[in-house]
Amino acid sequence: MNRIIKIVLLDILKNKIIVSYALILALLSWGSFMLEDNTAKGLLTILNVILFTVPLVSILFSTIYIYNSSEFIELLLSQPIKRKKIWISLFAGLSIAMFLAFFLGAGIPLLLNAPGMAGLMMLLSGSLISIVFVSLAFLSCILTRDKAKGIGLAILFWMYFAILFDALVLFLLFQFAEYPIEEAMVGITASSPIDLARIQILLHLDQSAMMGYTGAIFKDFFGTAIGLLVSFLLLVLWIVVPFLISIRKFDRKDL
Amino acid sequence: MKLHFCLSLLLLFNCLWSQKIEVGPNKAVKTIKKAIEIAKSGDTIIVDKGVYREGNIIIDKKLILQGKNLPILDGQQKYEVVSIKADSVVFSGFKVINSGFASLNDPCGIKIYNKTGVIVKDNFLENNFFGIYVQKGTNCIVKNNIIKAYQKEEQRIGNGIHCWKSENMQIIGNKISGHRDGIYFEFVSNSVIWRNISKANIRYGLHFMFSNDDAYIGNVFKNNGAGVAVMFTKNVKMFNNYFEENWGDAAYGLLLKEISDSYIIGNKFIRNTSGIYMEGTSRVKLEKNIFKDNGWGMKVQASCMDNVISFNNFLSNTFDISTNGSLVLNHFNNNYWDKYEGYDLNHDGIGDVPFHPLSLFAVITENNPSAMLLFRSFMITLLDKSEKILPSITPDNFVDESPEMKSLVL
Repeated sequence: MNRIIKIVLLDILKNKIIVSYALILALLSWGSFMLEDNTAKGLLTILNVILFTVPLVSILFSTIYIYNSSEFIELLLSQPIKRKKIWISLFAGLSIAMFLAFFLGAGIPLLLNAPGMAGLMMLLSGSLISIVFVSLAFLSCILTRDKAKGIGLAILFWMYFAILFDALVLFLLFQFAEYPIEEAMVGITASSPIDLARIQILLHLDQSAMMGYTGAIFKDFFGTAIGLLVSFLLLVLWIVVPFLISIRKFDRKDL
Repeated sequence: MKLHFCLSLLLLFNCLWSQKIEVGPNKAVKTIKKAIEIAKSGDTIIVDKGVYREGNIIIDKKLILQGKNLPILDGQQKYEVVSIKADSVVFSGFKVINSGFASLNDPCGIKIYNKTGVIVKDNFLENNFFGIYVQKGTNCIVKNNIIKAYQKEEQRIGNGIHCWKSENMQIIGNKISGHRDGIYFEFVSNSVIWRNISKANIRYGLHFMFSNDDAYIGNVFKNNGAGVAVMFTKNVKMFNNYFEENWGDAAYGLLLKEISDSYIIGNKFIRNTSGIYMEGTSRVKLEKNIFKDNGWGMKVQASCMDNVISFNNFLSNTFDISTNGSLVLNHFNNNYWDKYEGYDLNHDGIGDVPFHPLSLFAVITENNPSAMLLFRSFMITLLDKSEKILPSITPDNFVDESPEMKSLVL
């Protein structure tokens, strides 16, 4: 298995796209910390990168990579290796690459410039978000054989979580403004990995505002040690569940 | 000159005639009550270190009471400890503890009844129902006292320094914590509150009502249950105070309700849920304040008018300004907003594009607080940006026409 991971990883690194992705992230992060006069604003720029760019690059790159390596996968399948092993190795390779790119690009400037809880939280959630979207890429690849459809599906996933979901929540909020929906809202956020990550970061970035009435409800849930654990567990679930579905399908698929 | 001479003569006589009475476990006079009984007006009573459980000590003559090495006056949670019922009493250097608890007659650590020129200083008050209570006092000084209490429930505890219907008071350099309100003023005029530290009180750090022509300067109000409230008052001067870490939905660094003709200058509002909340406030000048790391820098309700907010620094607040209506009768100018993205072509230090400090999302959360959940999401940022360019929901006259390009040196 390690061998396959190594091959995949080296292949991705040779690709240079991932290297330039890391470089662009680094440029953005260093730039925002250097140009802004306070770290809070630098953090905000990186927050937007985490919530927007990181998911997009992760899901698109991974989807295209999997489609392009279909021949390689077929070659591997002719060898006496378990199917699951191949799929997991592929996933591990891509995840490690995406994580490394994020860590080297955004993580290091984060740790150096904002070594507080907010920075740490960003690093952690950014890394998890990278892997969540790799996992979603695996799901969209396995759902359809057609490359165009698969990539389209990946883009739809990204659009849904990065943009549409919040618009829907906003709509719901206004429709049900008369009702005590604060607790329900906490539940709803769990259904989007990006929102989960965003709220965890928000609790540290806008601490004072989050001590207000509704904020306090989120803080009471997400801000406690248990809430923190739950939201990170949920993020891990967002990695595990789509990947498990894809691996089941891959196992039974007639290639 | 003649008056001067008479006065000095009087002072001389005073010195000649007044005597010192020493109280202590090893002295001729064992109790403070006894000492007060035998003392004449103008005498000095010096109390040695020890624990005195004498119930309610009533000072009804013009005396100087001085504690040596913090003698302890214990109210045994039954009595009001010290009642001052004479003019010009000086009470200093005592440790006053355990006053009784009653909601009808408010027993206190130290209470001044309708008197003039009383000085209470350098005392340590612990675990009293009310700390120092001034009722209809004039020209009194409360200085350098440390006042502490440990009660958790608002109903079970009184205020640290409580002044009612008083005039010309000086509240200076006290440290108050754990009471209901740190300092409470009601119907107190021409008074000054200077360099006090009021923190971790259950309700307000400073509670201020119907108290005209007062000034509070250089105080620290930190981590109080609901911050500081100033209500129904005109001509208040608030200079160089610190309002810090007042957290909670109904907690405000400074709550202004029905305030007029006042000055709020040089204060620092740091890490509060709301820095200033103003309602029904008019003709107030807010200048040279720093708003930093607050959830909301200022909440200016639509009922406020003719306030001038200028030369302030707004730094890394989640929202700089929020309001509840579309009517804007206040003036913002020459503030520094760190969210300002304009340019300055003629390099005069003033941005060429006006700044709209009210963000769309601040309005949305004002109407629908749950929306806070979506803060900083991409969707909201997008909406906010378009609203900044073409204001439709936010009032377009809510504007700083001359925003500063660089943060002001304050």
